[in-house]
Amino acid sequence: MVRIDFNRLRFLVIDDNAHMRRILRTLLHGFGAREVYEAEDGAAGLEAFTHHVPDIVITDWAMPIFDGLELMQMIRQPGANANPYVSIIMLTGHSEKKRVTAARDAGVTEFLAKPISAKGLYERLVNVIANPRPFIKTKTYFGPDRRRNVNPTYAGPERRKGGKADVIRQAPLLEKVRAPG
Amino acid sequence: MAPRKNTAAIRTFGDHEVIVPENKLRKAVSTKPMMPGEEDPVARAEKALAELSSEFGSWMESECERLDNARRAFNKDGFDKESKDALFRAAHDLKGEAATFGYPAVASAADSLCRLIEYTPETTRVPVKLVDQHVDAVRAIYREYSRSDAKDLAALLTSRLRDVTDEFLIYENRGRPDVLEQIIGSASPSIVPE
Repeated sequence: MVRIDFNRLRFLVIDDNAHMRRILRTLLHGFGAREVYEAEDGAAGLEAFTHHVPDIVITDWAMPIFDGLELMQMIRQPGANANPYVSIIMLTGHSEKKRVTAARDAGVTEFLAKPISAKGLYERLVNVIANPRPFIKTKTYFGPDRRRNVNPTYAGPERRKGGKADVIRQAPLLEKVRAPG
Repeated sequence: MAPRKNTAAIRTFGDHEVIVPENKLRKAVSTKPMMPGEEDPVARAEKALAELSSEFGSWMESECERLDNARRAFNKDGFDKESKDALFRAAHDLKGEAATFGYPAVASAADSLCRLIEYTPETTRVPVKLVDQHVDAVRAIYREYSRSDAKDLAALLTSRLRDVTDEFLIYENRGRPDVLEQIIGSASPSIVPE
């Protein structure tokens, strides 16, 4: 059985509702976490993310200024911040298929529908911590691999192009400078 | 399970990269067995939440009041985006929190209000009377929650509100098949894992 030392992790909880933040803090402390930071909207959440560099972000979706989805899109920018690979758990009352798909395509690591329970949150956290997925970077997506498992009955075409990438060899600048003419 | 090794790596393929970032969470994975008498973390968290539950009644009260204030502002300010968003967030928070606070029957009425606001194509077309009926229903269900027949009454009330709301939304979105699919389809179970 996997055991998690929650006191070795730093959490950032982003939710505009103070009651929900208190519940999340209570649950995380119950699991053994010590470092739990809070932010009350997407803008404050991004600032806290930059300042505290959390290991795991738990964010609501519906928030003023910019929402959880927009926040996630800002975090999942390679090279734009200290940790674009951070684990993000979207905790929301939105549970419709369209919403879940949108969160997945914005790079969410786990999705947890409200109402929240200690068991549900714990399971998502264990999955995030003990079974990290690789990241996929394409022209249109950057985030955790959306293929959680191999479907042996899948009969459609392979959408990802395999093989080696086309590499156009560039002569080093020094060689160009030295080259005659 | 042994902690994973640091396997930071990038593999480049035809149209994508597979990146295995440094696993910064590995530090928290422990192989130590639980100590005798050590409490399960989920049980510990549930106990902490139970200790907090004495406050849930007053939190529910303030959430209902917030919804009522948002409704008043929405009616008074002439359905601008800001007041509509505030009303939606108040209903949406209740939908997500009511069960945790011990009032699960309130969540369905709040959910119906969320649907009404979200799927009405034009903010100015959101029917004031139906909004009022939803807010009043939420408050009444909460207020009468201690009654023995409260859950049955709440289910009846919510079912009627939902029927009227769906009828209105289906008419309003008659030219938008993608939205209609969501309205009708949202009655089916979501794909969110339990």
